[in-house]
Amino acid sequence: MSEKAFGSPHLAEVVPLSKLGRATRLGKVRVDPTLLTGLVLLGLVIVVAITAPLLTPYDPIEQRFTEAFLPPFSPGHILGTDNFGRDIWSRIAFSTRLDLQIGLLSVSFPFVFGSLIGIATGYLGGTLDTILMRIVDVLMAFPFLILVIAIMSILGPGLTNLYIAVGVVGWIPYARITRGETLATRHLEYVLAARTIGCSSLRIMLRHILPNVIAPALIYVFTGMVLAILTGATLSFLGLGPQPPTPEWGAMIAEGRQYLLLAWWMTTLPGLALLVVGVALSLIGDGLAERRGG
Amino acid sequence: MGRAAYIRKRLLLMVFVLFGVTIVIFGMVRILPGDPAFLILGDRATDQKAAELREQLGLNRPVLEQYWMFVSGFARGDMGQSLLYRQPVGDLVLRRVPVSLALAAYAMGLAALITLTFGILAAINKGRWPDQLIRIGFLFALTTPNFWFGILLILLLGLTLRWFPVAGFGDTAVQHIWYLFLPALTLALQLSAVLIRNLRGQIILTLRSDYVRTAHAKGLSESLVLLRHVLRNALLSTLTIFGLQFGFLVGGAIVVETVFALPGTGQLLIQSITARDYPVVQAITVISAVLVIVVNLMVDLSYSFLDPRVTYE
Repeated sequence: MSEKAFGSPHLAEVVPLSKLGRATRLGKVRVDPTLLTGLVLLGLVIVVAITAPLLTPYDPIEQRFTEAFLPPFSPGHILGTDNFGRDIWSRIAFSTRLDLQIGLLSVSFPFVFGSLIGIATGYLGGTLDTILMRIVDVLMAFPFLILVIAIMSILGPGLTNLYIAVGVVGWIPYARITRGETLATRHLEYVLAARTIGCSSLRIMLRHILPNVIAPALIYVFTGMVLAILTGATLSFLGLGPQPPTPEWGAMIAEGRQYLLLAWWMTTLPGLALLVVGVALSLIGDGLAERRGG
Repeated sequence: MGRAAYIRKRLLLMVFVLFGVTIVIFGMVRILPGDPAFLILGDRATDQKAAELREQLGLNRPVLEQYWMFVSGFARGDMGQSLLYRQPVGDLVLRRVPVSLALAAYAMGLAALITLTFGILAAINKGRWPDQLIRIGFLFALTTPNFWFGILLILLLGLTLRWFPVAGFGDTAVQHIWYLFLPALTLALQLSAVLIRNLRGQIILTLRSDYVRTAHAKGLSESLVLLRHVLRNALLSTLTIFGLQFGFLVGGAIVVETVFALPGTGQLLIQSITARDYPVVQAITVISAVLVIVVNLMVDLSYSFLDPRVTYE
């Protein structure tokens, strides 16, 4: 909203009225189908995460060997059971909490830290900027997953270490995005005006530049969350994530691998859950990017 | 700046980045609180084992000397001793590199094929159903965990239809191509998902330019304009994205190798992590970083040959 107002104040007059009339409006927010689909999907996922204990009568880690390997649509087990007779639906539902948490926590530190670093280096420039760009060059040389795995190999498996490992490299895209935006913004009139009336650099960066450069970084958050959830699932597939019997989609896929022909649903269904979350977040990210671009 | 000066600058930057990469890897164990020997050994740690490891890794020497041992060792191809296999790390890793390289090259080839086909198809059908279908299809590929997709391919094309083998590498060249198809396809689809988006956008953008209108006006056929005039320019930007994505390809290969039980570096890396075989982890991390650096350098340099207009800043 605000970046449009500052970036091109004359645009409002150029848009033909007919076009404005066609757009669907919910209050002030124009909703396009991509964004809407993404939001609805994510909403459903969040509802499942919150209400997981109400949605299923089963404990996700309770083993009932008499009920092992039941196929989907068995009475009482809509998505079937696994090799320990655990209810797949309840494991998927409870895992939603964990995977959403991984997505959210993995991006929060990188987003805040990366954006602030990007704004500071973009605005202040000089040696600070050069140092940052060289650090970025070095970290970008590592394949993301390999660096994360290497860090986890030292810290050991587990959720906290996963956040640390992802955080070490995760801030880079945010720093690059806000730095680029800041470079484009720092010579605009309102920044000069703020400097003229004697605002400190800190105040200019936080009060004037930040609100105008944060939108693209915020949009990237959704891509970052997809990446974080996939990375989390991958690490847990490889045995480096949350440890069993905690239900996690990646780990469930790994557990089902050895029973592929016997119980295809053990691997297929948790993957579909990952797919739904990934598609929802990507659609939201795409939708927001389109709104900004077009 | 001319091409020679640019290449000099790029190489200088590469040396710096290599230096940074070795510092990161070297510092990784040493920066953490506690005794690195105990950190590496984990549960297996005893005082005696730790002392042995300290001696072997040179951890009891001054830091600068340790770093020099590490870097000069790498330069000579001496990457230390595997803690698990009790073999030189160099032999262990290099034996597996060809499998991983073959997989990566195969995946890149397939990705090029898929990207060109669907990127062009989507662009010339912009907004119509083929475009939408491709967009949705590859959105799925983008958000699907590659290990899951690989397992689905195994289940469907391997175990059920029996068209492809589900594990291993084969013995002859023809067998390699056969055995590597599913893992390469798994990697290629994910890579293409990113590339197609970019290529589609670039083609659409290029189609609007004046010289394309001129080519049409001259009476050139649609396909000729597309292949000779549009694609050549559109591909430049896609190439950059490819360079940026190469690291993801290398990372993805590790997981895919594990899924398809391929005897490559990825499988070794995962084994080494579980066994806390730190020298091997270290070596593979350095090698993969060097690979990424070299590929990106090549991508950057190839611009000047693909597009003479490119000037270097």
